[in-house]
Amino acid sequence: MIIGVCIKQVPATDTRIRINAEATAILTDDVKFEINPYDEYALEEALRLKQAGKATEVVTFTVGGADADARIRDGLARGADRAVRIDDPALAGSDSLGLARALAAALTAEGVGLVLAGRQAVDGDSSTIPAMIAELMGAAQVSWVDKFEMDGEAFTAQRAAGGGMREVVAGRLPAVVSCDKGLNTPRYATLPGILKAKSKKIAVVGIAELGLSANRVGAGAALVTFSNMGPPPQRPAGRILSGDNATAVAELVRLLRDEAKVI
Amino acid sequence: MSNGILVFCEFEAGRPRKTAFELLQRAVALGAGPVSALVVGDGDTSALGPNGAGKVYQVSAPALASYSTGAYTKAFAAALAASGASTLLASASSVARDVLPRLAARLGAGLAVECTELRNVGGKVVGRRPVYAGKALVDVTINSPVGIFTLRPNSYPVVAAAGGSATVVPVDAQVSDSDVDVRVTDTVAASSTTADLTEAERIVSGGRSLKGKEQFDAVVRPLAAALGATVGASRAAVDAGYAGHGEQVGQTGKVVNPSLYIALGISGAIQHLAGMRTSRVIVAVNKDAEAPIFQYATYGIVGDLFEVAPLLQAELSRS
Ligand SMILES: Cc1cc2nc3c(=O)[nH]c(=O)nc-3n(C[C@H](O)[C@H](O)[C@H](O)COP(=O)(O)OP(=O)(O)OC[C@H]3O[C@@H](n4cnc5c(N)ncnc54)[C@H](O)[C@@H]3O)c2cc1C
Ligand SMILES: Cc1cc2nc3c(=O)[nH]c(=O)nc-3n(C[C@H](O)[C@H](O)[C@H](O)COP(=O)(O)OP(=O)(O)OC[C@H]3O[C@@H](n4cnc5c(N)ncnc54)[C@H](O)[C@@H]3O)c2cc1C
Repeated sequence: MIIGVCIKQVPATDTRIRINAEATAILTDDVKFEINPYDEYALEEALRLKQAGKATEVVTFTVGGADADARIRDGLARGADRAVRIDDPALAGSDSLGLARALAAALTAEGVGLVLAGRQAVDGDSSTIPAMIAELMGAAQVSWVDKFEMDGEAFTAQRAAGGGMREVVAGRLPAVVSCDKGLNTPRYATLPGILKAKSKKIAVVGIAELGLSANRVGAGAALVTFSNMGPPPQRPAGRILSGDNATAVAELVRLLRDEAKVI
Repeated sequence: MSNGILVFCEFEAGRPRKTAFELLQRAVALGAGPVSALVVGDGDTSALGPNGAGKVYQVSAPALASYSTGAYTKAFAAALAASGASTLLASASSVARDVLPRLAARLGAGLAVECTELRNVGGKVVGRRPVYAGKALVDVTINSPVGIFTLRPNSYPVVAAAGGSATVVPVDAQVSDSDVDVRVTDTVAASSTTADLTEAERIVSGGRSLKGKEQFDAVVRPLAAALGATVGASRAAVDAGYAGHGEQVGQTGKVVNPSLYIALGISGAIQHLAGMRTSRVIVAVNKDAEAPIFQYATYGIVGDLFEVAPLLQAELSRS
């Protein structure tokens, strides 16, 4: 059974962002990119399943340009067997559904039985791609998983549900699982791993090879558009409460009650 | 073209959650056509009419008794078709996050998630949402016949119900056991009885400075209890084992939106701010006057949290 891991590169979480003149996207010229943190949990889980003899191959899938190759190599250095990068001018301006169509087509073409993705990409923060892929592949899905076990075609998983509850769920492959913090502790690449990754293959495919027509992806097919991107509103200047701790605390309680009216 | 807004109303213990009222009231305020409610399962729907629903599309079936993606997606699709609504609105909850992308892919509908603002622009609903962990906001416009939006809890205040009543329209979604693809086999209750972090009105969070689980339990949790608040934590505190993974606030934890957020000994790293910067009132207690958290705090106390937190707890229980 082949495990597919969806890997996206995202700006490092400490990036200070700058917005383009059209107010539709950020400027990326001097942004440092990393593997999306949640995708690291997905990759780690895949590698552990393979080590446990529950998968034959771990293949990573990325929609992106050649600038993503450094992150893809990082995944290969950690232990993925090979990588597929979907790159096509027709993909520019895709919304979630367009990207999900491209990923689902590539995952299906490789005969993947289990897809592991991140809970969300920390740039778009949408948390939509994994469930869309599942629908398009006709697979089961489990979102935001922090415990996962597999026995043949059957799996069990745990996730946080609403209202502070936790749910244990059971299902069968094929499935798409989105991975949350707490699932495992991701490994880093080792020097031998980095050397080995040099000879591993990144296959670059276009959408025609995936049997997708150009009008199913890209800006033309996008149902969702973005405009008016701007910084969050400035918070009004705060107030440091002076005096000794007891005085400051008494004043704080008064302000919370009478001024802010939150208690 | 607008055929109104269908609002997914979530229930807990047989009653609508507060988010249901927030969504219904906002949907009415948008003035983009008739407002109706979508209810999955049984439950007392009598409070939905007074809060703005003209009709309640209720899908009940034995296969919907516990949650499954497959059965719920079918139920949503059937209710949406029955209502003829052009907009589906839901809270950014764990159910919505699981079902709606799947529904969007099935229907070819545009999806705008995690909005903190919903406006009516020429009869069409437009969302505004944080991206890049809240470092920017962007308007999201949907141009498919059906548009789906999720709203973060506590984005709009809930006011007293205006009154009115709703007609209940039962919807037969033809769901059966074979639609239950992934089955819930066990539900583990939360360790506390307070609200979920993402929906909490008040949060008290502790950081690395607590220096141990015992201190975290002895200082942060009682203060939270005194306020009826939910406990949160920085990643440093979670990674050190002082608090649970589910309690982490931030870019790789929970994104929260309470009216009151108290940060005890948290420096205010950019990844932590990403999870709580939209809180209405932020209180920071930190012994370092230069800590970045003070730039975001509504009220700040420069002091030792081990002194300030117990004083605050005592002051609250006194008055
Ligand atoms: C700031 C911003 C906001 C956006 N908001 C929306 C929106 O509201 N609605 C919409 O339809 N489109 C949106 N898009 C457009 C867009 O196509 C998204 O980039 C895309 O949908 C992925 O969404 P996400 O990054 O939030 O991924 P998520 O759905 O949060 O990603 C979850 C997981 O899916 C996998 N994944 C995601 N993208 C890729 C990829 N390129 N290659 C491989 N695996 C991947 C990863 O495992 C990732 O952890 C947005 C784009 C940006 C940059
Ligand atoms: C990819 C990535 C994702 C991340 N995601 C998150 C996330 O989701 N959430 C998150 O929180 N962090 C996240 N981080 C970590 C983040 O960068 C910070 O390291 C973390 O938030 C620091 O936690 P802290 O404020 O508790 O600790 P510190 O930064 O060490 O701050 C401790 C503070 O306590 C004060 N202090 C010490 N003693 C006392 C005392 N007795 N009384 C009062 N004040 C005192 C100090 O002055 C200091 O300001 C992430 C980092 C990365 C790289």
